[in-house]
Amino acid sequence: MKLHNISFGNIKRRKGKMLFLVLGLVIGIATVVTLLSITESMSKNIEERLNQFGANIVMVPKSENLSLNYGGIDVGGVSYQVKEFDQEKLPSIKTIKNYKNLSIIAPKVLGPVTVKDKKILLMGVLFEEELALKTWWHKTGGAFPKKENEVMLGSQVATLLGFKIGDTISLSGKPFKVATILNPTGAAEDDAIIASLDASQRLLGKEGKLSMVEISAFCQGCPITELTLQIAEKFPNAKVTAMKQAVMSKMQSIDMFRSFSLGISIIVIFIGSLLVLVTMMGSVNERTREIGIFRAIGFRRGHVMQIILLEAMLLGIIGGIMGFGIGNLIAYGIIPLVMKDGVFAGINLNLGIVSILMSVALSLLASLYPAFKASNMDPSEALRAL
Amino acid sequence: MTQVNHLIEIQGLKKIYQSGGTKVDAIKQMEFFIDDEEFIAIMGQSGSGKSTLLSIMGALNHPTQGKVLVDSLDLYSLSGEQRADFRSEYIGFIFQSFQLIPYLTVLENVKLPMAVTGQKKKIKNQMALEVIDRVGLGAKAYRLPDQLSGGEQERVAVARAIVNKPPIILADEPTGNLDSKTAEEIMLLLQSLNKDGHTVIVVTHNQDIKAYATRSINVQDGECFA
Repeated sequence: MKLHNISFGNIKRRKGKMLFLVLGLVIGIATVVTLLSITESMSKNIEERLNQFGANIVMVPKSENLSLNYGGIDVGGVSYQVKEFDQEKLPSIKTIKNYKNLSIIAPKVLGPVTVKDKKILLMGVLFEEELALKTWWHKTGGAFPKKENEVMLGSQVATLLGFKIGDTISLSGKPFKVATILNPTGAAEDDAIIASLDASQRLLGKEGKLSMVEISAFCQGCPITELTLQIAEKFPNAKVTAMKQAVMSKMQSIDMFRSFSLGISIIVIFIGSLLVLVTMMGSVNERTREIGIFRAIGFRRGHVMQIILLEAMLLGIIGGIMGFGIGNLIAYGIIPLVMKDGVFAGINLNLGIVSILMSVALSLLASLYPAFKASNMDPSEALRAL
Repeated sequence: MTQVNHLIEIQGLKKIYQSGGTKVDAIKQMEFFIDDEEFIAIMGQSGSGKSTLLSIMGALNHPTQGKVLVDSLDLYSLSGEQRADFRSEYIGFIFQSFQLIPYLTVLENVKLPMAVTGQKKKIKNQMALEVIDRVGLGAKAYRLPDQLSGGEQERVAVARAIVNKPPIILADEPTGNLDSKTAEEIMLLLQSLNKDGHTVIVVTHNQDIKAYATRSINVQDGECFA
């Protein structure tokens, strides 16, 4: 016979009351888990959308009095005559502390080429990176360029110069096949010829040079300012600009929801704790006789406290596990209803551990006063209830 | 002249209960002693103060005045926790209406006083089963109290009281809820425990109990008469 046998026995005997107590914990923990899971899923969802939205960091060479207007969005400074930076230095971006937060790095070279006596913007890109970044680029037919001698035309360029898919276009005297024409995007690429980076560098006489680098960064808890600083440190000749507004406003919405969730969680947990306190008090009052017997046969105050707190701990563990499970189930069911295209972010085991610990802590805290009251019961008073 | 050391000495005992503005003298003045291996019947009518006396002797109820010495140890000079340890080591209580824990088996109920002692599980089990056998319930060790008759429950209460081998057994109306045949069996059991060396103190209003005791103390209106 150990003290825990008494705690187990009491839980088994008072199933209804204990269920009620666990319910208080389950409601509190499930609410917290549901709200946190929704917040986490929202963060992930927005992060994915931001990635689809394109670059959120732009790196251009430091230059004077220049600004780059890209599709009506001011993303930093560049012009055709701008100084370039060395392509060979680009891999050093991988040495920044938060490199893992960089998902796409899309370098490009810009410059004018003459086609049919007209000066046109030539944009040299790494197609794989660029297409991953510009998810809104849609071709009218054909295929995206795969070879060095293939180009892609912006919709305005194709119309102005009268080229079709499959035609051959001469860029500064060199022939290139028009692999595809882009649908109108409303951005600068409508007026550009887009070719591979290497071919463009040769055509423009800028071998090994880059005009700009567009970067897409993951933004879960987005250290975007820090990322910008880290990149700027590696490239002292570059001007690194973060498109913070888009990220910040989205993250602000999540932060607001997070604060709201926190507020709701605190209220629900407070109510849950009160429920535990009231149930435990009731249980202690009901057990006056029993506590009197324990004290009479030689149990110390500490032993009585141990019995009550052990019960609270066990119920806390049960409440934590159940609350975590139910919270995840509710989040799984509710996310598609509250978020368009929302997907449940998955079970977070760390949150599970925190839930159980929180439930145990709450249960112990709410049971502290009843346990104290029980342990301080005058044995002779308690025995009068016999 | 040598001084005789009694097992229990009650000196100038007084207990006043205060309820609201009224004071009740549960024990007005008591002075007596009990020697080792005695079987004492404390007789008295309801409200005479005998149960209060028992709880004071059992280190459960602080007297308003006076001393209770057990083996020359002044019980009420001890702290609450020290008195709990004293009860665990010295006293075996048998309560009115058995007072078993309903969700524990016979064996678990009997082992209850050992939950706060340091023995090993195996030894606890062995000791508990021995006393259960002694009270004649060997076959019912794993039953719950509500599966037993009144007499059997009283036997469990006796087993629980003696499992730690305390020198003093305090019994409050141990036959109050039993028929005369079962009451006799319980009193014979207490008598045999007394013969084995336990000092037994029974509080009762039942005059028949006197026959089992070596001495009786009458309590009336908070005073005692030998």
